[in-house]
Amino acid sequence: MNIVVCIKQVPGTTDIKIDPKTNTLIREGVQSIINPFDCYAIEEGVHLREKCGGKVIVITMGPPQADAALREAISLGTDEAVLVSDRAFAGSDTWATSYVLSKAIQKIGSFDLIICGKQTLDGDTGQVGPGIAEMLKIPFVAYVSKIEEVGNGRMRVQRMIEEGHETIESSLPAVITVSKEINVPRLPSIRGTMKSKSAKIPVWTANDIGAEADKAGLAGSPTRVVKIFFPKRERKSEMLAGNAREQVDKLISNLEGII
Amino acid sequence: MDYFLTEQQQLIRDLARRVAEERILPVRAELDEKEEFPWSIVKDIAASDLFRVFLPVEYEGLGEQAVGLCIAVEELSRACCGVALTYAADALGSIPIFLYGNEEQKRKYLPEVAAGRKLTAFALTESTAGSDASGIKTTAVCDGNDYVINGTKQFITNGGEAEIYTIIAMTDHTRGPRGASAFLVDKGTPGFTFGKKEKKMGIRCSATSELVFHNCRVPKENLLGKDGQGFIVTMKTLDLSRPGVAALAVGLAQGALEAAVEHAKNREQFGHPVTAIQAVQHMLANMAMDVEAGRALMYASAKTIDSGVKNYSEEGAMAKVFATDMAMRVTTDAVQVCGGAGYMRDYPVEKMMRDAKINQIYEGTNQVLRNVIAHEVLKRKALRK
Repeated sequence: MNIVVCIKQVPGTTDIKIDPKTNTLIREGVQSIINPFDCYAIEEGVHLREKCGGKVIVITMGPPQADAALREAISLGTDEAVLVSDRAFAGSDTWATSYVLSKAIQKIGSFDLIICGKQTLDGDTGQVGPGIAEMLKIPFVAYVSKIEEVGNGRMRVQRMIEEGHETIESSLPAVITVSKEINVPRLPSIRGTMKSKSAKIPVWTANDIGAEADKAGLAGSPTRVVKIFFPKRERKSEMLAGNAREQVDKLISNLEGII
Repeated sequence: MDYFLTEQQQLIRDLARRVAEERILPVRAELDEKEEFPWSIVKDIAASDLFRVFLPVEYEGLGEQAVGLCIAVEELSRACCGVALTYAADALGSIPIFLYGNEEQKRKYLPEVAAGRKLTAFALTESTAGSDASGIKTTAVCDGNDYVINGTKQFITNGGEAEIYTIIAMTDHTRGPRGASAFLVDKGTPGFTFGKKEKKMGIRCSATSELVFHNCRVPKENLLGKDGQGFIVTMKTLDLSRPGVAALAVGLAQGALEAAVEHAKNREQFGHPVTAIQAVQHMLANMAMDVEAGRALMYASAKTIDSGVKNYSEEGAMAKVFATDMAMRVTTDAVQVCGGAGYMRDYPVEKMMRDAKINQIYEGTNQVLRNVIAHEVLKRKALRK
């Protein structure tokens, strides 16, 4: 069973600061981590490999420093890692990212299951997993909370829906995104960490994966971020005067004004 | 202080600290309260390769010996001495196998221990034997290709939870200590059952149990070392394990010091935090010096052992006695610094003080070990190097 796990390196905080001039994230001084939801994807991949054999390849699209996230993934038990990195990918939205990752996965060649986290901590869209499935023309299941069975070209999984659970069967290969209910991610191992320090992690460029220039990066991204801003926080206080009845009437009319 | 750890040793420390902070800390009070064996943490320790640390590389260990063991034990014990003891007792149980086991025994047992699939235990103590190893009543009688074991072991750490037991039994009562032999007994062997599960003052999540042998047959291949070598096996095993007990104490005291500092910084009296009071400052200073002295002696003894010297009874005993007496003082003072709150079970130092006491007792009481140290001091003809 060959499993591909897609991960993303994200700022290790939810307290994101934005440069008001450039409309981009201020990354200086913020530690980078593996997107926490992707840790569940890594754990599920490693767990399936331990049960069914095969190998787990972890893949990320990002700048050269995303290498650190891949090494951490190796310390958590994945077998191989690939960094997909090229200046041409800069500015990719979820559509272009899905395109680039799907091209890289096609280059990997043989795979049975692709696992992603359900969303990222920074972008929060949850669109890349389904995007990859669409581009590879294979089935997709979101918010998987349990893999019941997998093998012989089929899988049966449970996924979270608002009212409860849904059990879905699908052919393989397929893409799933996993929710945090699926497992408890392990801590790194000593052997894994030693291995991760010396692991050779290939860097694939746009050329290597055969990505067309007008489909990746800013050029391939239909999304345009026009402006990013924080909502203004305003506080206004008004002291109500008069007897209790007058104050209550005034309060109600004020509240009605807001609604 | 910098103990100049290698890259792999730093890795062991960082990982053991993560296990301690992320997996042990959130549940330590509950484990203590419920006296519950920490199986899920044992699995985390296994998955992170920490059971491999002290075992030889040939048997899927990491070959980090006594120093590696001390690093891991200290970090685990900083969060919970009971969990750390479960780990340290597993090391204790594996020592006689890699010191005295034949190739077949090592191949059979050590990779399982390294992977954390099986826990081990070492069983010497009986109701009539502890400090006095010659008081052992458990017997092993040779019968054809087997030994038949009868008797009861008492206060055995990891008892009931471990799969692999090294037990000391008398094969020849007429020869005194030279009539003792060591045997490997697997859990589930007919005639081998578990008796009373002890209720303890501290280290309450660790398992302490009686082992009961009633006509328990083990094949001759399970003899560890030679017939009559049981006393030597015991002494050498405990010599090697004692820096690990020092590490239990150092980690525990470090945790208590940190808890006391944290509490004192936030506790206000007379209009300022109690850390502004010199009497409190001096207590914290003494505790910090004590912990560091214990740690230095622990590493010095472990490094001496790992360097390959032949006799290290004195070094191991010194580290164990000093560090465990130190931990009793430091945890007691930690309760004092925390005042009334420190005495309450809502705060961790109360448990730490209870956990500290046993360290002065097990693996050689501090009184017996002072005899060992005095014996070495008195027999020296010249000054030490």
